[in-house]
Amino acid sequence: MGYYILKRLLAMIPTLLGVAVLIFLLLRVIPGDVVEARYLTQGSQFQSQDLMDQERQKLGLDKPLWKQFTAWMGGLAHLDFGLSMWTSAPITEEIKLRFALSLQLALMASTIATCLAIPLGILAAIKQDTWIDYAVRVFTIAGLATPSFWLGTLMILGMLIIFKWVPPMVFTPIWVNPWDNLALLIWPALAVGYRYCAVGTRMMRSTMLEVLREDYIRTARAKGLWLKLILTRHALKNAILPVLTVISMEFAFLLGGLVVTEQVFNLNGLGMLFVEAISHRDYTLTQALVMLVATFFLVINFAVDIAYAWLDPRIHYR
Amino acid sequence: MRSLTRVFALAIASLLAWPLQAQTPRYGGELVFPVPSEPPSYDGHREETFGLIHPIAPFYNTLLRVDPFDKGGTKPAPSLAESWTTSSDGKTYTFKLHKGVKFHDGSEMTSKDVKASYDKIIFPPPGVGSTRKGQYADVVAVEAPDPYTVVFRLKHPSGSFIASLLSPYNFIYKAEILAKDPHWYETHIMGTGPFIFVEHVKGSHVVGKKNPNYWDKGKPYLDGFRAVFMRDSAAQVAAVRGERAQIQFRGFTPAARDDLVKALGNKITVQESPWDCILLVAINHKKKPFDDPRVRRALTLALDRYEGSKALSRIAIVKEVAGVQVPGTPFATPPDELAKLAGYWHDAEKSRAEARRLLKEAGVPEGFSFTFMNRGIPMPYEPLGVWMIDQWRKVGLNVTQRVIEPAAYFGSLRKGEHEVAMDFQCGYIVEPDLDMYKFLSSSRNPANYGYYEDPVLDKLYDQQSQATNVDERKKLIREFEKRVLDEQAHYLMTLQWHRIIPHSSRVHGWTITPSHYLNNTLDTVWLSP
Repeated sequence: MGYYILKRLLAMIPTLLGVAVLIFLLLRVIPGDVVEARYLTQGSQFQSQDLMDQERQKLGLDKPLWKQFTAWMGGLAHLDFGLSMWTSAPITEEIKLRFALSLQLALMASTIATCLAIPLGILAAIKQDTWIDYAVRVFTIAGLATPSFWLGTLMILGMLIIFKWVPPMVFTPIWVNPWDNLALLIWPALAVGYRYCAVGTRMMRSTMLEVLREDYIRTARAKGLWLKLILTRHALKNAILPVLTVISMEFAFLLGGLVVTEQVFNLNGLGMLFVEAISHRDYTLTQALVMLVATFFLVINFAVDIAYAWLDPRIHYR
Repeated sequence: MRSLTRVFALAIASLLAWPLQAQTPRYGGELVFPVPSEPPSYDGHREETFGLIHPIAPFYNTLLRVDPFDKGGTKPAPSLAESWTTSSDGKTYTFKLHKGVKFHDGSEMTSKDVKASYDKIIFPPPGVGSTRKGQYADVVAVEAPDPYTVVFRLKHPSGSFIASLLSPYNFIYKAEILAKDPHWYETHIMGTGPFIFVEHVKGSHVVGKKNPNYWDKGKPYLDGFRAVFMRDSAAQVAAVRGERAQIQFRGFTPAARDDLVKALGNKITVQESPWDCILLVAINHKKKPFDDPRVRRALTLALDRYEGSKALSRIAIVKEVAGVQVPGTPFATPPDELAKLAGYWHDAEKSRAEARRLLKEAGVPEGFSFTFMNRGIPMPYEPLGVWMIDQWRKVGLNVTQRVIEPAAYFGSLRKGEHEVAMDFQCGYIVEPDLDMYKFLSSSRNPANYGYYEDPVLDKLYDQQSQATNVDERKKLIREFEKRVLDEQAHYLMTLQWHRIIPHSSRVHGWTITPSHYLNNTLDTVWLSP
């Protein structure tokens, strides 16, 4: 197992290197740069080519691509992400501010999704083809069909029109003011969590149905075991593995992918930072964010694989 | 009976006094407002975005300001300078500063600080960015002969010099700090303004608190302000509608205004104004057949701006039919004179017939196709683009729209590969020198995406810029306008943007102007209960 873990950790390096090369080149292919985004987009008539050239020189954009790439990789090797080309602030500072919010939102949404998906999926499976099953399926199909940002917009409008209330506009850490924190984040967590709950519920139902048809389950029933014991001691452990994968991958996505939802709820998260970095052509910040999200995916993927081995003793890694 | 009369008189007196009482500024409260864009740095001399002005201007003062109660947004008013005089030859401007103005660190602001700030703007040291340096090309020197006097010396008289000092970006910084590090103000805030910096949480908000030692005694009225960064316009509307925010200083769409009025009734007040922003059509003179003025005139004659205004003002932030100046401002062309220019005739059919005739004369066949490049921003680029394509179709032109992503748009324009493209202009103040600079020959203005040379136009611009007599200046501006929009049709004006600010009725002391860069110091703003 130790050898497997080491092998997986080492395999992450070429993957991340590939991502680094890809994102570096892709950003340079897109037309425009941070200097144009800063000085040409506000409608001013007094543009100065000298000023723009000076800015490009300051940011190192006049250097050959290979020099820019090696400088960046050198920084990465020391975990120095550099400065944002747009704000000149350290990138770690830019990301740190938004990370707390995105992480909390991802945790809340995943918790809501998991807490709903597992029991609903089991319920739908054991009550297959009854009205309970149909109700759960309608609930999940609606969740799959409804974009979370649209649901979020409806939530805000509903609260405005019915209660004449909108969530707070500014993020307050939970340890500073739990009420304001939850008043802001519960709504996007519900909107996003609903969608992921739908995905998880359908997966749970499907795997549970498969497992419940296995011989050992039939044997357990024949032995006279209570349904609750059959489910918790035998069926769930086997059925939950694919659900765990789905929820884990969704969690990784939530960390940087909720762009529109963050916009709707005015959340200062990593998703919004991503979009702004790209629209500003902030190469250093965009590259750092992509590497961060890629690392998350790899680490979470790896953690899920290790969790598999723990959950299912039949699985051995070499 | 006598007592009844007395009561009645008292009641009448109270009713008459009530409006006065209602207008007496009240101290206290925090103004909360969304800002659609966040500034990349804090340096007003370097940045161009309103995203800097809205949250950061309250921490600073400028030498002069626009009168905060002037709806036209052009009347100069004292700020750090309490008075000024101009020499008889028009080349020297002398400003007397208020005494006892303190920076937020307690040190006194004097003329050396004004000189250092303007030197940074006009004569920036190597490595220091100054976006508006070109606006002060006529300034020879800035002098500080004594601690409360600043003198600007110009190469020649200028009708617009005072207006150029009204720039809300020209924050007055501390000379001592600039001498040590001219980049300091990019990442720090320390001014003389009515509010003191408290915090800036990136991506989230900026907070300012009242400056208890503000030099303008009795102000500000607010305890503080909170500027919240909100990109999404629906979220901004929801914030105002939910009364979490009181005002948004840039502008809302007509639909958002109507929504807020319907939802909040008399809790919302709406202020509207023509806006010193306009979308223009850049016609690339290097591409045939657009090098022919007849073809360019046909493009402008095809647009029925009056009907377009009626329809588009319902769905977009555009309204007024305008020439080179914002309607209603001192140098704007009166409507009856504007109606004589090509593209501004009231008879649309006659105008289109003339367009077709010109196209035929120029050898442009019926159904001629070209590509119109537009910027990928929904409001108001999209509705204006669709409208113009429809209007051009009515004179037999077949137009395809190509939409370019905003960050790459102006880079594409600078490559000069377009045929016809949407251009845009926003001024911080309505002033012909600023608003007409766009139309100068490409060799003088690299932001002229029509890529033409017109020495006659350049000469008219210089003449009006140096004219100190208002009537003479108006005459020159009319000639300039006729040449650029009619005779040569170098550029096409679409419709003037229309600024709509629905705000909480609790907000007082703020007057809308044509510029969303002005009137953001918040020193005159107060909140009623």
